[in-house]
Amino acid sequence: MKNKTLDIIGKKNLYFALSLIVVTPGLIALLLFGLNLSIDFTGGSRLTVSFKDKIEKQKIDGIKQSLISQNIKVYTVEQSKNQVYFRTNPISQKQNVHFVSELSKNFKGAKETQFETIGPTIGAETTANAIKAVILASILIILYITWSFRKVPKPASSLRFGVSAIIALIHDALVVLGIFAILGHFFGVEVDSLFVTALLTVIGFSVHDTIVVFDRIRENLRRSQGSFPQIVNDSILQTLDRSLNTSLTVLLVLFALLLFGGETIKWFVVALLIGVTSGTYSSIFNAAPILVVWQEWSEKRKSKN
Amino acid sequence: MKRSPRFLFWLIILLTLVSMFINVPNLQKISLGPIKNLDIDPSSFLRTFGIGKNLEFRRGLDLEGGTSITFKAETSDVPKDQMPDALNSAKTVIEKRINLFGVSEPVIQTATVNGDSRIIVELPGVTDVNQAINLIGTTAQLSFWEQGASESARQASPSAYPLGIVEVLGQNAKKTDLSGGDLQRSSVTFDQNTGNPQIQLVFSGKGAKKFADITKRNVNRIVAMVLDNQVIEAPRVNQAILTGDAVITGSFTLAQAKLLSTELNAGALPVPLSVLEQRVIGPTLGIESLKKSFLAGAIGFLIIVIFMSILYGRLGAVASLALAVYSLLVLSIFKISNLTPYGITLTLSGIAGFILSIGMAVDANILIFERIKEEKRLGKKQEESIEIGFSKAWPSIRDSNISTLITSAILYEFGTGVVKGFALVLAIGVLVSMFSAIVVTRTFLRFFYEK
Repeated sequence: MKNKTLDIIGKKNLYFALSLIVVTPGLIALLLFGLNLSIDFTGGSRLTVSFKDKIEKQKIDGIKQSLISQNIKVYTVEQSKNQVYFRTNPISQKQNVHFVSELSKNFKGAKETQFETIGPTIGAETTANAIKAVILASILIILYITWSFRKVPKPASSLRFGVSAIIALIHDALVVLGIFAILGHFFGVEVDSLFVTALLTVIGFSVHDTIVVFDRIRENLRRSQGSFPQIVNDSILQTLDRSLNTSLTVLLVLFALLLFGGETIKWFVVALLIGVTSGTYSSIFNAAPILVVWQEWSEKRKSKN
Repeated sequence: MKRSPRFLFWLIILLTLVSMFINVPNLQKISLGPIKNLDIDPSSFLRTFGIGKNLEFRRGLDLEGGTSITFKAETSDVPKDQMPDALNSAKTVIEKRINLFGVSEPVIQTATVNGDSRIIVELPGVTDVNQAINLIGTTAQLSFWEQGASESARQASPSAYPLGIVEVLGQNAKKTDLSGGDLQRSSVTFDQNTGNPQIQLVFSGKGAKKFADITKRNVNRIVAMVLDNQVIEAPRVNQAILTGDAVITGSFTLAQAKLLSTELNAGALPVPLSVLEQRVIGPTLGIESLKKSFLAGAIGFLIIVIFMSILYGRLGAVASLALAVYSLLVLSIFKISNLTPYGITLTLSGIAGFILSIGMAVDANILIFERIKEEKRLGKKQEESIEIGFSKAWPSIRDSNISTLITSAILYEFGTGVVKGFALVLAIGVLVSMFSAIVVTRTFLRFFYEK
């Protein structure tokens, strides 16, 4: 067998430390700044104004003024190529009609191409649903893994597999959330309902990846007689090719989406790229080593008693 | 389990050909070499079976452009047991109004969220949200018109008159103060003489008095009933009606009468709608997104094919074939679903879900091929390695895909709009990908390596 020299379990503390280094700044940002929530969660309006030709700063200010003159609070103004996005408090139908007529009167070549208003009720609901979905999905996945690994031979226990998978999952979710907290604070990147989709996909992918490694451990435990850390290390190495190949394929496809998929899904794809990378890392360097740490810890406790 | 690979192989080929046929774009009058003016239209096949629908992708508003409005129905005045009825009547009215608007394939749904009653309206291609809201937002209006006394009593220019009013009441038609708001309820009854269905109107106390006044001063004259700006009946009043009961006889079929009664009830039921959420997506933005996603998907697919062929050689090429079959099958499911009531709407996030599911389908193949490689390294023969590879990879594929299915089920349950579409597509993708990896790839491999 190739890669025999690689000892991942032996250096597990190094890999845990690496995870910590990645997670900590994001976690701090998350606690300090929180996420830059879009109107999907907070309620409000979002206007997209598209220009035919180059946008002058003056024009953007002018449009902003015409919004403010209607008592509309403008929170953020973002520009991307020939489009300008305005985020405001909820705009009523009348205000919007007025704005559109102003736009065509005073700003030639500018057109409102998108207008969204989300009431605060819907925003609160989306948030509640997102949290509910994440928690429920985690619980069900623990239950499923515990059930699916119920026949795993001693000294392992199936619950440990479930919990370790969820720890890896939380790690991945924190990486994505943390990076987006930083992106949100410094670059104004918003978190919308599409981001929730990305986060849940990352969770799904993370578990998917972890299960493949765990499945190999389960299989090897039935057959081989080696020590538990040795079996885990072997299993990681045996699935390494697959993990890397799969992740590379998915990452390549995501890069294609990032380059050619357009503005609308850009941050969605970025979230997936971060999450998939983290998911691959955590399944190899976190989830399986946690099983070993847990095992060693419970053995120590037993020998003390 | 040694089924004949030949049989399965040809079955898969047949399935693929059907899928290809379903996915053929609708082309008119093209020339293929010697064949001139050829029409390609897979939907015509359906028509021979008497199915009137078309095989098409139903595109979401983010790809098509259009307006989505979520209304909250203020149902606090409506008794609980009548709530579903009230909501459905409101939906019927909105549907009718939208049809007047001439929108193709509108989607109108009712939903109850946290005790709130909502009506979600999606209008593809409509970008004038103001007009749309004005059209939908007002409750169905029933009004009664009578002949005006003279030219001077004219209230408005004839163009503001309801359709057909001038024909029955002349140029001086005048609106009375009796309206749908005075209606207590309406129901379908049957004419005792002819047995024809008719609509029974019962007015409230105030309404009954207004109706009595109107009929008193219009004996032997015509009074027109107008619903949604259209004259539906213009009977001659034979005598004053004081009881507050009226009957629209007309010449309805039972279904028509029921529908009209529902609409009248809706008009009579004040269910004011307030706008909770609205989105307008410009058509150019939508088409641009669609083009880009399509391009990205095609490039992504090409990358996978190249990558798999480099990594696994001949096995990879076979897997790429299986992936092509997979994509065709999923796209066919999207198209076929629109022939049923459970149509799948393709949105941007749905396309992302589809591309992700391709990734998962690839993963299944990679898992299998790595196992095959391992077995071969142990010195087993090619065919044997393939069989063992499949059976050993199966538990991983099963468990990982089931966990993805769990996630998508929860997303579907709790998600709204964007998230729901993504979850549905991902779930379908995962299910088909398991079929593709286990059945299609294996059959292809067995077939190609058969001696």
